[in-house]
Amino acid sequence: MLILIPLLPFLGFLLNASFGKRVSKAAAGAVACGAMVGSFAVSLAAVWQLVGLPHESRAIANQVFTWITSGDFTAAFTLRLDPLSSVMILVITGIGSLIHIYSTAYMHEESDSEYARYFSYLNLFAAFMLVLVLGSNFLVMFVGWEGVGLCSYLLIGFWYQKKSASDAGKKAFIVNRIGDFGFVLGVLLLFVRFGSVDFQEVARAASTLSPETAFGTVSWITLLLFVGATGKSAQIPLYIWLPDAMEGPTPVSALIHAATMVTAGVYMIGRNAVLFGHAPQTLAIVAVIGAATALMAGTIGLVQNDIKRVLAYSTVSQLGYMFLAMGVGAYGAGIFHLYTHAFFKALLFLGSGAVIHALAGEQDLRKMGGLKKDLPITYWTFLIGALAIAGVPGFAGFFSKDEILFRTYASGHTILWVVGLLTSLLTATYMFRLVFMAFHGPRAEQARPLPDGVGADLGPPSGHHAPPAAAGHAHGHGDHLHDAPPAMAFALVVLAVGSVVTGYAGLTTLLGGRDLFAHYLEPSFGAAPVEEVAQHGLEGTLMLVSIAAAVGGIGIAAYFFLKNRRAADQMAERFSGLRTLLVNKYYVDEIYDATVVQPIRIVSQEGLWKVVDVRLIDAAVNGVGETIAGSSERLRHIQTGSVRAYAASVFFGAVAILGYYLWQ
Amino acid sequence: MVTLNHYLILSAILFAIGTAGVFVRRNLITILLSIEIMLNAVNLTFVAFGRALGSADGQIIVFFVMTVAAAEAAVGLAIVISLFRHKESLNPDSFASLKW
Repeated sequence: MLILIPLLPFLGFLLNASFGKRVSKAAAGAVACGAMVGSFAVSLAAVWQLVGLPHESRAIANQVFTWITSGDFTAAFTLRLDPLSSVMILVITGIGSLIHIYSTAYMHEESDSEYARYFSYLNLFAAFMLVLVLGSNFLVMFVGWEGVGLCSYLLIGFWYQKKSASDAGKKAFIVNRIGDFGFVLGVLLLFVRFGSVDFQEVARAASTLSPETAFGTVSWITLLLFVGATGKSAQIPLYIWLPDAMEGPTPVSALIHAATMVTAGVYMIGRNAVLFGHAPQTLAIVAVIGAATALMAGTIGLVQNDIKRVLAYSTVSQLGYMFLAMGVGAYGAGIFHLYTHAFFKALLFLGSGAVIHALAGEQDLRKMGGLKKDLPITYWTFLIGALAIAGVPGFAGFFSKDEILFRTYASGHTILWVVGLLTSLLTATYMFRLVFMAFHGPRAEQARPLPDGVGADLGPPSGHHAPPAAAGHAHGHGDHLHDAPPAMAFALVVLAVGSVVTGYAGLTTLLGGRDLFAHYLEPSFGAAPVEEVAQHGLEGTLMLVSIAAAVGGIGIAAYFFLKNRRAADQMAERFSGLRTLLVNKYYVDEIYDATVVQPIRIVSQEGLWKVVDVRLIDAAVNGVGETIAGSSERLRHIQTGSVRAYAASVFFGAVAILGYYLWQ
Repeated sequence: MVTLNHYLILSAILFAIGTAGVFVRRNLITILLSIEIMLNAVNLTFVAFGRALGSADGQIIVFFVMTVAAAEAAVGLAIVISLFRHKESLNPDSFASLKW
């Protein structure tokens, strides 16, 4: 039964890729959505079956076929469902389905063949992600791992005629490739060390070891695997592709950020919790990188003016939180945050998509404002998403984020806790800056509705400021913006509900819950201890501090962007140096360009091309040709045309051979 | 008493005569005749060995060689006639245009 979960979206991909051009949009959309919803239904049934099993032995395995057999080594294409992967498949198929449904409306202005192409990629993306999380060994996981990399390239560069989009696709692909290289090395080293690539066997072998005090093999394995995770999950130093990935259609961003792709790295660490648990030094690196990424991306998010870029940096920042949780050994809290984040981040992206859709491609926050009145559904759902990500009590993000901060503090990483708290403040600030700039305040002059015929986000945003007078609005709404169409509104409302209620699954004992989520996941993390920290007094205090951070962040945003916009400008002027640094994203892209891209270019062009290729390889090939041509020029004179000369050579040849054998 | 060696020596002499004819004569028909002599020298060897070893194989092969030689002579003469029509010459050196 498990094979159906990735197979259904894959069939959807095959159908849309083969026949999508010839059928209507409704049919293509129905196939894609049907495949995802079907997969969701099968996932629900599978998880239901899983939950029916006793707590300690909750796992369903399904060997599809034996993939590789070589000597002692066998790798089967086996899918395995356990509590950890069950959470993942529900997120992928559930949120994936909503994004598919949303896309049917969002992408409606594309031509029929583009529409089918879009949905075929979307299905393929989900299929690979499901293979990634269901795979029972590293090789199957790697199939999904590479597959989502490919699909992200295809979808980010979906509008490939736009140079920036195809560049962003390539950037995502190449940066991911660097991470994947680390991942492959990690798997190879793991195989050399443990002789197996099966998750369970490796965990069993690793649990007999004692945690490494020096930086040994297990530390190297986990560090290399983490390099792969930094690529997929957009952490320092490989996070640079994610903000650029905003070039893709907005639902794709939602899919990449919420359901698929970026969660892969976090999931991979959770899947190998036992292994990572035996490499404390790697875990420390993971925690520090996570916290640093969270803070860095949070500060960049504070000054971005593109609505999607703010959200992109917030994703990088939230992923940093998840890695922080993984790094301090709070795997359950990390996966819990992954799960709640999936809901509100999908909601925020789809909400921003609705805004962009209504404004016919406008993404610049400075040109929005006052949308609250015209887009009530979008506004209220977006507000719920923003409250959830900011960590306001009662919403999903609060429970998971608070859990991470508490675990960080409880494990003795006080500095990381302070960084996390600061990031929490920043998160609330930049999210509400976005909300206030887009939905409140006066309507910017340029924010006028435009004809619907123009594809949403097609072309650079600046291309959409057609003069308002020319705006012969297709639906005759005049100056009135149209809110999300039914398919989009449905997805927004469901996700908004999810962004509130999902947090209660992991309600801590302090608040009267039973920590169900962490308890449910326990079997997946094996020997990794999830010790019950019975410091309720401390937990309560920390909770109040993080609530204060969230409310304070919202307050700062309200002061600067709602009450006193001029104060924000003054602040920007006073710290103009810092602001420039942030607007330019710490110049990381420029630094990479100067230290990596240009050197490679120069070496390739001046060294590899002009010396190695031209002077060595080409020279060798041409040299062989010239030698043969030159010697043939001389040798061809042997062919005289005289029959008797040939007869003589045959004769003397025969004599010579005979002579050789006689006198031997 | 005529032994196997006598036959072989005679055969070698005939073969040498044939070969010399192919090399020194400047007439295509004579060259064909020389080739016939070489073939018959070989035939003689086969027959001699066949008799010495008490086997019929040598004679059977000779029949084949004679058949092929007859066919070869027919084709060879036909080519010679066509060559002569082409160049009014029987000298093999005048047919050396098929070269580099």
